[in-house]
Amino acid sequence: MNAAGFPILSLLTFLPLVGAAIILSVRGDAAVVAQNARWTALWTSLVVFVLSLILWARFDHGTADFQFVERLEWLPAFGVGYHMGVDGISVLFILLSTALTPICILASWEAIGTRVREFMVAFLVLETMMVGMFSALDFVLFYIFFEGVLIPMFLIIGVWGHDRRVYAAFKLFLYTLLGSVLMLLALLYLWYTAGTTDIPELFRHRIPAAAQTWIFFAFLASFAVKVPMWPVHTWLPDAHVEAPTAGSVILAGVLLKMGAYGFLRFSLPMLPDASATFAPLIFALSVIAVIYTSLVALAQDNMKKLIAYSSVAHMGIVTIGIFTFNAQGISGALFTMLAHGVVSSALFLCVGVLYDRRHSLEIASYGGVAKIMPGYALVFMLFTMASVGLPGTANFVGEFLVIVGAWRVNPWVALGAATGMILGAAYMLLLYRRIAFGRITRDDLRALLDLSPREYAIFVPLVLLTLWMGVYPQSFLSFFTASVAGLVERHEAALGAARLAAGM
Amino acid sequence: MNWTLALPEIALACAGLVILLVGVIPGRNTFFGCTMAVIGALLLAAVLVLGQPEGTALGGLYVADAFSGFMKILALLGAALGLVLALDFNRRESLDRFEFPVLALFATTGMMVMVSANDLMAVYMGLELLSLPLYVIAAFDRDNGRSAEAGLKYFVLGALASGLLLYGVSLVYGFAGTTNFDRLADVFSGNGGVPAGVVVGLVFVVAGLIFKVSAVPFHMWTPDVYEGAPTPVTAFFAAAPKVAAVALLARVLLGPFGDLAAQWQQVIILASLGSMLLGAFAAVGQRNIKRLMAYSSIGHVGYALMGLAVVSDEGLRGLAIYMLIYMLMNIGTFAILVGMRRRGRAVERIEDLAGLGGTDLGRALWMTVFMFSMAGIPPLAGFFGKLYVFLAAVQGGFWTLAVVGVLTSVVSAYYYLRIVKVMFFDEAPAEGGLDATTPGLAAVTATTGIFNLVFCLYPAPLLLAAGLAAAALLG
Repeated sequence: MNAAGFPILSLLTFLPLVGAAIILSVRGDAAVVAQNARWTALWTSLVVFVLSLILWARFDHGTADFQFVERLEWLPAFGVGYHMGVDGISVLFILLSTALTPICILASWEAIGTRVREFMVAFLVLETMMVGMFSALDFVLFYIFFEGVLIPMFLIIGVWGHDRRVYAAFKLFLYTLLGSVLMLLALLYLWYTAGTTDIPELFRHRIPAAAQTWIFFAFLASFAVKVPMWPVHTWLPDAHVEAPTAGSVILAGVLLKMGAYGFLRFSLPMLPDASATFAPLIFALSVIAVIYTSLVALAQDNMKKLIAYSSVAHMGIVTIGIFTFNAQGISGALFTMLAHGVVSSALFLCVGVLYDRRHSLEIASYGGVAKIMPGYALVFMLFTMASVGLPGTANFVGEFLVIVGAWRVNPWVALGAATGMILGAAYMLLLYRRIAFGRITRDDLRALLDLSPREYAIFVPLVLLTLWMGVYPQSFLSFFTASVAGLVERHEAALGAARLAAGM
Repeated sequence: MNWTLALPEIALACAGLVILLVGVIPGRNTFFGCTMAVIGALLLAAVLVLGQPEGTALGGLYVADAFSGFMKILALLGAALGLVLALDFNRRESLDRFEFPVLALFATTGMMVMVSANDLMAVYMGLELLSLPLYVIAAFDRDNGRSAEAGLKYFVLGALASGLLLYGVSLVYGFAGTTNFDRLADVFSGNGGVPAGVVVGLVFVVAGLIFKVSAVPFHMWTPDVYEGAPTPVTAFFAAAPKVAAVALLARVLLGPFGDLAAQWQQVIILASLGSMLLGAFAAVGQRNIKRLMAYSSIGHVGYALMGLAVVSDEGLRGLAIYMLIYMLMNIGTFAILVGMRRRGRAVERIEDLAGLGGTDLGRALWMTVFMFSMAGIPPLAGFFGKLYVFLAAVQGGFWTLAVVGVLTSVVSAYYYLRIVKVMFFDEAPAEGGLDATTPGLAAVTATTGIFNLVFCLYPAPLLLAAGLAAAALLG
């Protein structure tokens, strides 16, 4: 059995489904059902979150091995098993997912007024898929969760989104599916050549260099869409703009991390040669993403679109970090992913606060908000600064490490990433100035109320987390130090072996 | 004389005759009673199939093995569920005549003969026993022009296909000197080339059978017949006969013509590619949901044929598991389509589902399950169906098939999603939502829906059965 003494990962994965089943079984008056659904969803997600803290407490920082492992027979004849476990790379993403879910449910408390029951069910199913994806140690199992995420996300955007929601939902679904099915083919190839889909065993399976190229591109098709990397990022701004606040939060906070996680979990360890060969391609795409999307963000009039483009830029920094293949770069990428998960979620929540009051996402509809909503302005400023990468906040540590790592590989790439940070400061500060400062030109803004206690309850944990990550990053870095070191070591060993083979 | 081996078929045929007699005698309507009796007979036959020993019988015309057992259970299950769907619909549309279940029963007997055929003559006999009742029930709503048109179209084109098949059989017989599968296999297993006449005959046989499974390029009848026939008949068409026809195609190609795989493989590959592409693209513009299901079924047959095209154990296993999952997805979907009524009148446009998520959440959720399953999204059963045929294609190195397969599955996801979109994102029309469904339909929906949801939890026994079935045919 594992360190927790009970199958904690399965419990974390499937407990939300129990909550969803309870919500679905409630009958009666519509208002009562809605209220019951909200409370059941909140309690379920809180219980899951508290349980997930066991992972935080019991995780062994000193080893790169998988922990809390669970294994069941599933399809023994095919070499497919139900295999769950976490290492330093995945454990914090599970915590991120379980922490953001209750926040999202709280954020939807009043914002979602129609079909509340269905919304909460969709959200809990989404949590199952996210946690399951990060804990799956079997490729087929991973794929099931990876794709399964699309079903609730499609419904969340399509049913509770804004005006062009149908277009955005279809675009999200079909784009992602197109990428994923190509990965499925690569998965099938691996499955029959290795005879197993167990991830730790696939790590040990050497794939011939010629096949690695094809598999790498099949994986790239899937992960690049999820990250999203330039030029397949266009679904993201649409999805963000049309999604309800909670949908945007989970999209930015967790779903965008799935692609980068895929690179770390599959591409790097299983395809070391192809990863090294095509790293320049990834660098080029990432640098373009960082600079181009930052410039695009500068030109946006829609708050959500601006933050969505900034997400693409931040994820560009993440992919740069991953493909540096050194400890700084990869740790920086992981840290940036976590920080971005917290900060951009919080920014979308900030936008959601304004949207709930004024039902407009246009920047021009606001101005001088700082005088009317001082508490809100303070919170928003903190997250703006964090997004810019101010030292002392979460993003700084990660981006700094990535740039250091990238410098060791190629100074030009580091320069590109740094340019992105400068441009990031420009568009975020511009956004903040246009919303919070200036004269109040619109009288209808004067009636806006500052943050409610429920909204404080949403933001306080995120504020604390952002500052904690900025001031004492070691408590997070220590989780993945060993795993990242193991990954880098394995990568170098594999490359060394390949060079040796080529030399002979 | 070991005729007892064919007990399931004999029992079914006798039951059909008895029910036919009993149905005529009373003066009042015996539709419900006859349907129940037929369902009982089908279940009895399923039990007999489960207890059936393996071997050949009736002078080598009939074979019983794990493959025939698997496919027969599927066909019987599909037929029984299809009849449940017809119960309420036929009563409301004044189609509640007792001949309906009896015809379905004879068609099912035909399917059983097809699946167990070990001789080209038995193939033809089974096929005709299946087809003749189907022609009749396609036109069962005889006062409705579209239904009569469907029946006639199906008959004319079906007769043409039978003619092609028979011509092919006669060529094969002329060049090989036998119609028995085992002896045909012996004749073709010798080294040295096969006469061109056999190849021509083989192509004709394949064409006749491809018509029955409604794969490209002999699919043209499908949309019209599916649209015109009464909805429960469409459900019946899409489930049981398709399983039997696919099983027959597999047996004919892998049995007597197994050593001529090089000759027929390209034909099947082309049929598979064409069906997947047509099923994906032609369905996009459809407005009638039955027509859409027709194109969707063409697409699904394309995926199933992929399992046959790769000519391997894994491929055949994929095909068996695909047919199982396809049949249950389809019956579930049709259970919802059969129940689509607004103020007592049957409706069948896609827009008629609008707002179902608001008016009848349960039904909309099940429909969503079926649509995502058909699109092949995990963790639903439809994903696993595709997974095993793709796995076989990748294993055999058939990359074109695999790549086209996954890409068309993305295209077809679009139109399945469109139904989900209509149900959940659109508002219900002003004249109100759909009428409440009936307990029978709800039960079928829930059973097949639960299967689609939980298949992922413990697929091992079904996979094992499919694997045994595949091994029986290839071993």
